[in-house]
Amino acid sequence: MKSDKVILSGKGVTKIFGFGSNKTVAVDHVDFSFREGEVISIVGESGSGKTTLAKILLGLLKQTEGEIYFDGQLRDIRSHSKKKAYWQNIQAIFQDPFSSYNVFRKIDAVLLDCIRMRGGGRLPYDKKREMMREACSFVNLKFDELTNKYPFELSGGQQQRLMIARIFLLKPKILLADEPTSMIDACSRATILDMLMDLRNEVGMTPIFITHDIGLAYYVSDTVYIMEHGKFVESGSADAVILHPKKQYTQRLLSDVPKLHEEWDLSTV
Amino acid sequence: MKLMLKQVFGSGKFVIGFVIFLAILLTVVIYPIFVPDAPLKIISRGTFLSPGIYVNLYDSIDSATRYTLITDDAEARRVAGRLSDEDRAKMREWLIGNGVDEAEIDGADTAQLLDLWELNFDPTVRLPGMTNADRNYYIRLTASLEGLLSTEGATIASTNPETGALEQSDIVNQTDYVHVNEVANSRLFILGTDNFGRDVLTELISATGVSLTIGFVAGIVATSIGLVLGLVSGYVGGMVDQVIVFIMNLFTVIPTFVLLILISFSIGQESRGAFTIAVVIGLTSWVWTSRAVRAQVISLRNRDHVNLSKLSGHSIAYILAMDILPYIASYVVMALILQISSGILAEAGLSILGLGPRTTEVPTLGLMLNWAMIYQAHILNKWWAYLPIILVIALISFSMNLMNTGLDQVFNPALRD
Ligand SMILES: Nc1ncnc2c1ncn2[C@@H]1O[C@H](COP(=O)(O)OP(=O)(O)OP(=O)(O)O)[C@@H](O)[C@H]1O
Ligand SMILES: [Mg+2]
Repeated sequence: MKSDKVILSGKGVTKIFGFGSNKTVAVDHVDFSFREGEVISIVGESGSGKTTLAKILLGLLKQTEGEIYFDGQLRDIRSHSKKKAYWQNIQAIFQDPFSSYNVFRKIDAVLLDCIRMRGGGRLPYDKKREMMREACSFVNLKFDELTNKYPFELSGGQQQRLMIARIFLLKPKILLADEPTSMIDACSRATILDMLMDLRNEVGMTPIFITHDIGLAYYVSDTVYIMEHGKFVESGSADAVILHPKKQYTQRLLSDVPKLHEEWDLSTV
Repeated sequence: MKLMLKQVFGSGKFVIGFVIFLAILLTVVIYPIFVPDAPLKIISRGTFLSPGIYVNLYDSIDSATRYTLITDDAEARRVAGRLSDEDRAKMREWLIGNGVDEAEIDGADTAQLLDLWELNFDPTVRLPGMTNADRNYYIRLTASLEGLLSTEGATIASTNPETGALEQSDIVNQTDYVHVNEVANSRLFILGTDNFGRDVLTELISATGVSLTIGFVAGIVATSIGLVLGLVSGYVGGMVDQVIVFIMNLFTVIPTFVLLILISFSIGQESRGAFTIAVVIGLTSWVWTSRAVRAQVISLRNRDHVNLSKLSGHSIAYILAMDILPYIASYVVMALILQISSGILAEAGLSILGLGPRTTEVPTLGLMLNWAMIYQAHILNKWWAYLPIILVIALISFSMNLMNTGLDQVFNPALRD
C-alpha cells in the first residue's frame, strides 16, 4: 500500500492572521512530505493550528509564506479550473457535520455534485442513481430512504457517513479528515474510522487525519506529526513518536488520554 | 420553506401588518374598477368642497317623485340653517347698540327677534366702531331673512317661449321631499375635494398606488445594488472589497437626503417622472443594505458548508447564489420591506420640498401633501385635504414596520419571547 512517491509536501508553510499587535501565527514554518498510500496523522492541542494547516493544504486558505508541492510540482490553483482540478485530487471531511451541509440543498444534490465533479454530469439519471445507491450502501445508509431528504434530517453519525459516501464517489488521491469523529459518540466513532480505512483500501487514497486525540492517531496511522503552536515539534512513525516520545509536549498529549494509554500498555507490552 | 411560512404567519405582529398592507393594496387595485374616473380630473368649480353628498338641485326639483313627510322639527332646522346663533348674537348686538332695551330681546324667539329687527334696523345707521365689512354683513343678513318664517311653498316659474312672460309651473312645498337615489345626479365626495376641485378620495387612492410603486421600485433598486455590492465585497474580499467599502463609506458620510435633493434638483422639473424619482431614491439609499449584507457574508464565507461547496467545484456565482444568499434571504426580505417604506417616505419628503415627480401626470402622496400645503389647507382647516394622506402614509409605514418586527422575531431567535 505504501509507496515512496511523495504526493504532497510543503516547505516553510506559514499562516499569519491579523496585523500588528493582534497578529496570530497560526502555522509557523512547517515542513512535511506525505507519501502516497501512507496514513498520516497531525496531532496537536486545541488552537495549535491544525485546521488552519488543513485549509491551506486544501487550498481554501492562502498561506502567508512557503510553498506546497503536489505530485512533485509546485501547486498552482490560481484559476477556478485549476482549483477544480486540484480538488478532484484532494478532498476533506470537516470537524462538524452539522455545519458542513447547506441546509437548503437536498442529499441528492450533495451526491450529484460529486458525480459531476468526477465528470459524470452527463450520465443518464438511472446510472447516477445506481452510483449514489452504491455509495450509500458502502456507508450503511439506504439511498432510497435518503432521497429527497435534507442532510439536517439525519443524525450526526449519519451525516458524517454521508460525508464518507461523498468521498466514495469522489475517489480523491488525498483525504484530509479534520477531526471527523469529534462531534459524534464513541460507538459511531469506531464505525466511521473503520469505514474510512475501508475506503482507503478501496480507492487507494492517502488519508491525513487531523486530531487532538493521540490515541486515535496511534490506532490508525503510519506516520505522526505532532503540532504545537503552529510548529511541527516531532514527527516519525507512529510507534517511534508515541511509544518513545522525545518531546515533553508529546508526553503531555499522551498523559491527557490516560485510559487509552493504559490500554495500549496492556495490548503492546 | 413551508415551515418558515407557517412560522412567519404564526407571528401576530407580522399578520396584523400584512393584513393592513394587503387591505391598502386591495383598495388600490379594486377602487378604480368601481370609480374609473381619472384621478386628476377636476370635478368641481371652487376649492375644498367639504366631504359629503352633493345633490343636483335642478334634478331634484324637476324629475323626482315628491314625497310628503310630516316632521315636527323641520321648521326649526330650516330657520337654524339660515339664521345661526352667531347671526342672532350679532343682531342682538346691533339692536342694543341702537337703544333697544336689552330685556326686551329674547334671542330664542325668532319671530320676536325678526319683528324687532324689521322695526329697528336701518342700514344707513353706523354704530361706533363698525367697519364697512360689518355693515355689508348686516345688509346681507337682512336680505337673507326675507321670508324666513313664511309657510308658503316656493314657486317655480319658467319663461313662455312665445310671449316671453314668466309662467308658474310648479310649487315646492315646505313638506316636500325627494329620495336622494331618485335624483338623477348626485355625487358623493367621501373626502371632499382638494384645492383644484378634484375628488380627494379618488386622488388619494391613485396616489397611494403610485407611491407604493415608487417605494417598491426604489426598494428593489436599493436592495439589488446593496445586495450585489455586499455579496461581492464580502465574499471576494481583497482589493475589490476595499474599493467597494470606500464607495460605501463615501455614501455613508454624505447625508443621503441631501444627495437626493441635489440629484432631483439637477435632473430638472421636465424629466422628473415618478419612475425616475423612484430610481434616484433607490440609487441613494442602498448603502445600509450593502453594509449589512457584507457583514453577514463575511461571517458566512468561512463556514464549512461554503468550503464543501468549493470542494464540490462550484463557481463563485453559484456559491453566492446557493450557499450564501439563502442564508441571508430572510434578512434581505426584511431590508427590502424597510427600503420600500423609507422609499415612500423619501418621495413624500422630496415632494413636500417641491422636488418630487412632475405634477401633471400622476398624484403621489407627497405631491398631495405638497398641494395641500401650498394652498394652506391646514390653515383653512380643510382637514380632508391633508389628514387622510398623512394617515395613509403612517398606515403604510406602520404596517411595513410591523411586518418587519414580526419577521425579525421569527428569524432572530434572540428576540423571540
Ligand atoms: N480566520 C482566522 N482569523 C484569525 N485567527 C484565526 C483564524 N482561524 C484561526 N485563527 C487562529 O489560529 C490559531 C489556530 O487555529 P486552528 O483553528 O487552526 O486550531 P486547531 O488546531 O484546529 O484547534 P481545534 O483543535 O480547537 O480545532 C488559533 O489561535 C486561532 O485563534
Ligand atoms: Mg480545528
